[in-house]
Amino acid sequence: MRAHQLQHKLGKWLLISIAVLFLGCFLLLPLVLVLVSALSKGLDVYWAALSEPDALSALQLTLLVAAISVPLNLVFGVAASWAIAKFQFRGRSLLITLIDLPFAVSPVISGLVFVLLFGAQGLFGPWLAEHDVRILFALPGIVLATVFVTFPFVARELIPLMQAQGRDDEEAALSLGASGWQTFRRVTLPNIKWGLMYGVLLCNARAMGEFGAVSVVSGHIRGRTNTLPLHVEILYNEYQFVAAFAVASVLALLALLTLILKRIVETRVAHSLNRGAHA
Amino acid sequence: MSAVLSISAVQLSAPSRRQRDVLPGLTLTLGWTLFWLALIVLLPLGALFGKAATLGFDGLYDALSAPRVRAALALSFSSALIAAGVCAVFGLLIAWVLKRYRFPGRGLLDALVDLPIALPTAVAGIALTALYAPKGWLGAPLLEYGIKVAYTPLGIVVALIFVGLPFVVRTLQPVLEELEREQEEAAATLGAGPLRIFIKVTLPALLPAWLTGTTLAFARAVGEYGSVIFIAGNIPMVSEIAPLLIVSKLEQFDYAGATAIACAMLTVSFLLLLPLNWLQGRLVRPVH
Amino acid sequence: MKTILLLTLLSAMSFGAVGAEKITLLNVSYDPTRELFEDVNRAFAEDWRAKTGQIVDIEQSHGGSGKQSRSVIDGLEADVVTLALAYDIDAIAEKATALPANWQQSLPNNSCPYTSTIVFLVRQGNPKAIRDWGDLGKPNIEVITPNPKTSGGARWNYLAAWAWAKNQPNGSDASAEAFVKALYAKVPMLDSGARGSTTTFAQRGIGDVLLTWENEAYLAQAQFTDDALEIVRPTISMLTEPPVALIERVASRRGTRKIAEAYLRFLYTPRAQTLIAKHHFRPQSTEVLKDHAAHFPSMRMLSIDAEFGGWKKAQADHFAEGGSFDRIYLVR
Repeated sequence: MRAHQLQHKLGKWLLISIAVLFLGCFLLLPLVLVLVSALSKGLDVYWAALSEPDALSALQLTLLVAAISVPLNLVFGVAASWAIAKFQFRGRSLLITLIDLPFAVSPVISGLVFVLLFGAQGLFGPWLAEHDVRILFALPGIVLATVFVTFPFVARELIPLMQAQGRDDEEAALSLGASGWQTFRRVTLPNIKWGLMYGVLLCNARAMGEFGAVSVVSGHIRGRTNTLPLHVEILYNEYQFVAAFAVASVLALLALLTLILKRIVETRVAHSLNRGAHA
Repeated sequence: MSAVLSISAVQLSAPSRRQRDVLPGLTLTLGWTLFWLALIVLLPLGALFGKAATLGFDGLYDALSAPRVRAALALSFSSALIAAGVCAVFGLLIAWVLKRYRFPGRGLLDALVDLPIALPTAVAGIALTALYAPKGWLGAPLLEYGIKVAYTPLGIVVALIFVGLPFVVRTLQPVLEELEREQEEAAATLGAGPLRIFIKVTLPALLPAWLTGTTLAFARAVGEYGSVIFIAGNIPMVSEIAPLLIVSKLEQFDYAGATAIACAMLTVSFLLLLPLNWLQGRLVRPVH
Repeated sequence: MKTILLLTLLSAMSFGAVGAEKITLLNVSYDPTRELFEDVNRAFAEDWRAKTGQIVDIEQSHGGSGKQSRSVIDGLEADVVTLALAYDIDAIAEKATALPANWQQSLPNNSCPYTSTIVFLVRQGNPKAIRDWGDLGKPNIEVITPNPKTSGGARWNYLAAWAWAKNQPNGSDASAEAFVKALYAKVPMLDSGARGSTTTFAQRGIGDVLLTWENEAYLAQAQFTDDALEIVRPTISMLTEPPVALIERVASRRGTRKIAEAYLRFLYTPRAQTLIAKHHFRPQSTEVLKDHAAHFPSMRMLSIDAEFGGWKKAQADHFAEGGSFDRIYLVR
């Protein structure tokens, strides 16, 4: 019995060590490198890199783009998961796969498709030029590319969750006389709120960090159409490595913040699930 | 992404016709979903396929069968496959360890798994290259053993593992969560050892989610650009990834050729994802 | 209501009449000119304000020359472009008809207010004794150069190597291709841009020699002071001519044509030419060039027109699908 337990313990710690080593090498080290490089010339240089006008306007643009893209994908995600999770209809798998597609599209393409549509030589190019509407190389283009790239996040987070919860609660509310909207607001939303929050957090993190697709549609006009990730590239190409890593660290820290928030969310979900189970 | 990509552990109720009518909002939500999907996803992708189609069948064949294109596609797909494989194995291990065991730093590591999704790809690329370059923190010791990572196909695989890991881990975690209780019960009632339980009970239950996670990791890896472009050697026929080839074609103003490659990649990803999602939908596992 | 509108309109117009309005220009440029245009734009703004009282704000966009060219074709509203090769501007003329096909004759010196050339950058003390293109054929040498498919500078590098080989005794296109093939076999990785390659060489410490623009070499020397990098000038190099052009269609539509033309002509003035020399570009003005003779020693620089029949032909022969660059990698 003792030997068996010892073997079990050794096996457990072996597995843990492998996991920790793997995660350390592949995930932790890059993050540490970013932070160390960012601070390698001291806090003054770090701060100077962040408060430089181009960096600030990049931050502003990034926040604006996220503020527009995330709610759009939020509404879509909720609508899509309601339709998919609460109902049965043919072609559901196809629909889910189509929603998944932006995950699988290379960022280079994600930008290109909008050039094909809205570029001067594109499908709608002449019409846009005639009506003096600017989509590419301006805010709308960047928003479109970001919406495309972060499209599936909220939906894919909510669908399994809502499917797990089933229709019982909603049907009960309806049988008690609640309207559709009331049911949604008072029954569904509270049930999905943690999944929703997490989907939004991820969607936001990705929206702020998107590089490839935005690089194609942005035009790289300094101080005007550069997002934070593009600004990192600019600094890197100007040999300002510490500044580049400083700005990158802001994005990394935003990511970490997202993850910490997610941890808090998860712990509370676990607690509420436990409470529900014991109720 | 904890509850995200696993549908296998959910209860699918099959509503009767009467029930379906009771719950409102299908037309509204489905309508909005389809509208938005068409606008944001289908229209742009349609333009993509449309542009590629201007080449005609012969043109498409020529574009895709050029030696450099074939080499790049082969590299992108094979490195994505290897990376997905590594993610599958280690992702399973990590998901298992994170869910079943307690140890110091578990919370931090669990949170870290999402880093590749949240971090901009360019930053990841630069950081990984700095790490694995000949003078890097990892590159230098590895070089002592004669292992070159940066600027070789191995470097590409490393970057793709970084990118794909969250997909596998996060798909498996919610399923593992559901299975814990079952395993305990099984062990108690049947007196089976942990390994036996793992093989007979856990693995089969994990299979759908594991497949989904790995496929998503693969799909992501095939198209990845920002994290790979810095660490790859970009030598034609050797370490040139397909997305870079797309950019090269764009440089030559060969939009049609670029879209041809893009469509090829997209079609393969789609053909992999669709059956999996269908499979997932069919596999119903009662939760409690 | 109408009165209010009218009054608003009148006051807006009067603002214009006073001349305190701000005009913005967009200069879409390639990578190495970042620092140069920061200074030049400031100088021009001062100059223009002193002359006309107008405030002008020149916005910059930088990136790979080809990529920038494509962006302009796809609708990026550049008033002027200042790119790495004439080919990239020809493409804008051809595909977007945004400027006339003979744009290059509109300004002096083939529309090139500055030129440069291709040089080698080596480590302190030149340990591998690299003096000329031929030395790059020595064993155990790693050469760093960017990807010609995505970088304008890389194409100049490639052509310079080719030109040297072809101009050797008994040189021909065949021997040049063989030389270039052997050269690129020593290239461990192809960065997408000139700056990426410089970073790889100077900051990551990879490679024995970097092929780059002369102005970039000087910049790298000043920037990466940990290692005392040295510039080696080969016996034969290319005269790299990064041209500038007015995008007539955009400038006319935006009403900025006059100021944009003035901006481009400003690049030829002594003040701008001095700034150009300060940033290590070879100024077009012979006087300013003479003042900086030590900085810009004379070299045998071949022209793309004479040596390769112009960019269009060079692109088709070497960098297009199936060109020589594709060929040298096909059989290894």
